[in-house]
Formats: sequence, C-alpha cells, structure tokens
Amino acid sequence: MRYDSLLDAVGGTPLIGLPRLSPGPGVRLWAKLEDRNPTGSVKDRAAFYMVASAERDGLLAPGATMLEPTSGNTGISLAMVARLRGYKLICVMPENTSAERRELLELYGASVISSPAAGGSNEAVRIARQLAAENPGWVMLYQYGNEANARAHYETTGPELLTDLPEITHFVAGLGTAGTLMGTGRYLREKVPGVQVIAAEPRYGELVYGLRNMDEGFVPELYDESVLTGRFSVGAADSLRRTRDLLAVEGLFAGISSGAVLHAALGVAARALAAGERADIALLIADGGWKYLSTGAYDGTLEEAAARLEGQLWA
Amino acid sequence: MAIEVRIPTILRSYTGGAKSVEGTGDTLADVLTDLDSRHDGLRDRLVDDSGLRRFVNVYLNDEDVRFLGGLEAPLKDGDTVTVLPAVAGGRR
Repeated sequence: MRYDSLLDAVGGTPLIGLPRLSPGPGVRLWAKLEDRNPTGSVKDRAAFYMVASAERDGLLAPGATMLEPTSGNTGISLAMVARLRGYKLICVMPENTSAERRELLELYGASVISSPAAGGSNEAVRIARQLAAENPGWVMLYQYGNEANARAHYETTGPELLTDLPEITHFVAGLGTAGTLMGTGRYLREKVPGVQVIAAEPRYGELVYGLRNMDEGFVPELYDESVLTGRFSVGAADSLRRTRDLLAVEGLFAGISSGAVLHAALGVAARALAAGERADIALLIADGGWKYLSTGAYDGTLEEAAARLEGQLWA
Repeated sequence: MAIEVRIPTILRSYTGGAKSVEGTGDTLADVLTDLDSRHDGLRDRLVDDSGLRRFVNVYLNDEDVRFLGGLEAPLKDGDTVTVLPAVAGGRR
C-alpha cells in the first residue's frame, strides 16, 4: 500500500482473528492492531485529528508551541505530528512511566516536564493546566476533553471495525481519555442494534490513588457513561498474565494495557458462552510491547513482574 | 451475607486504617448503611442525594456497579466490593 506521507498512513489497521484464545466457534475474539499506526499506537488517530482540527480553527500557526499532559503514547504521536508540521511540543508526564516513552519523546525533539508519581496522570493534568494558564501563547489540545479525539474514532476506528466485522456483538477497549470508547462506541451503537461497548480500566497500585481528598478525583470531560454497557477494573497481575497469553498463544507482542483488554474480553466471552449466545468480540490492541520491555513485564514469574509494576503507570 | 469491602488509602481514617472491612446486606446500599453503623461518616464520603459521588468508583467483583444497578446492585455472600477514587490513569 502506498501513501503520500507518514500522516496519510494513520489508521486502516488490520483486524485479526484470535482462534486459539476464542472459547469456541460461536464465540470469537478479534484483535484490532493499533500498534500498526505510524508511531506504534492508537494515539496517532487522536493526535492527527486534534492537530488538524486546531489548524482548521486557526489555533495553531507555524512555530507554535503545544503543551499536553500525557503518560506517553499521545505525546509520542503529537511529537511526530509536531515534527512534520513545524511545531514545538512540551509534554507533562508522570515520573512513574516507562523509560522508553521518555526516550522516544526526546528523540522526536519534545521537551518533557515530569510530574510527581503520586496521583498519576491527575497531577500531570493539574500541572499542564497551570502551565497553560501561565503561558497563554501555548496551545493545549487537551486530549481528555478534545472532541476531535473521540471524533477520530467515530470517523475511522468505528467504520473500519464495522466494515471488517459486520457481525460484531461486542467492542472492548482500554479506558484512559475515553476517546477510543466514546467515538467507536457511539458509531457502533448507531449502526449495530444491541452491540455492547465494554471498558477495561487499569487498576494501579495504591500510590496512584493517593489523593489528598476525594474531590481531586478526575473524570475525563469526554467520558459519557451512557455510551458504555459495562466497565471492568483489571489489576496488574491479570493484565500481565493476559499480555503473556497473547504472545504465547497467538504470537501477538502487545503492551500491558492490551492484556487488561483481553482479560475483560475473555470475561465477556465466557458469559456469552454460558448463555449459549453467538458473540463476535472486537478488542483493541492499543500498542505493542516494545515500550514496556524495561518494566520487566515479560521477565520472571507473574508475581515478580506484578511487584515490579507496583506504583508504575503501566497502561 | 458477608461482603468484603476494600477501602482506598484516602478513606482509611474511617476504618481505623483497615484496608478492608466486612459488611452485610442484599444490595450495595444496604452494605454501605451497615458499614456506616461501625464506621461513622464513611457512607457520606461515597454517596450524596443523587447516588454515588462523581469521583467515587465502586466495583463489584471488578465490574463497575454503575452498570450493575448502582446502589441497588444485588450482592451475594462472598462478593468483593472495591472502592477507588476516579483517576486519570495512564497510557494516554
């Protein structure tokens, strides 16, 4: 396949069957490989849409500085787009994210400001907002509340899935900004009566939830509960186990959040099987495993690997 | 009807530092009322007049109770309820 530039190659990712992880011929799992995007994650879709939208609205002019709270993938995608379009990028990133993400951001020429580990991405959002207020010339696309993030999935991910899997009964994806689930979920629910839209949310160690008070909690502005039909919380041990299953059973080298998504999808699959219902379950592989090698996710026993992830933002 | 309820760090001042406490009841609402009789004020931190507070997530055996009936979610012996503050999480 031929494209005029890297940006033109965003999306159009393959949907592959997972016959060995599927519980039976009537209940099938399908993986949408978002690691096949230009910078290796689903975030290329949102980044490209958010930048294009800001350019259309006249918010971004050549030489502009963008600012974004990110735990990695969105920053890497934005850094690539910024390179090609002539913008500067400053990322606010929690210090407890994998070393590879930071290295990639710096390779692309982005500046990284670290936010404290405690509080996770909440702190990164808070600091980015503060910086944006102090520097009115900077442009914060703000993935957690930018409609173009969800629209990217409404206009691309959703239609791609329906074209490849018209018989889809379930869509399962990770919950972060909610952009993937909201955009894809809305599209599928409009087109497929009864389709289920399931969120898999990483459950971190206590450090990440260590807020000073409950009012500091954070729900992304994009999040609309009515789009979802279910939401599962998946811990590090289950996510790691399923990430290793993807590799060992289906040959798929995926990031840790994809293990959480597979765990939720297998739960949904087991319910369908028990109820004697047909199910074609599409799950979204957000990225490959490369950026997580340094976390030790693939080394030693599950218990050892899970212990290493304690306190880390692993998804 | 013994239900294990896991408490986040930030609310352990209500449970004398305990990471998990046991409650009884047929629904989440019943269990929270039961817990409040021994851990005064805990329920108020989780629930307001309109239901679960915005920044509070409650999971029944790892599934968000908002999709299982909310406060009316039915519970059975041996279930685990986990309370967590809503956070932005990672990856993105």
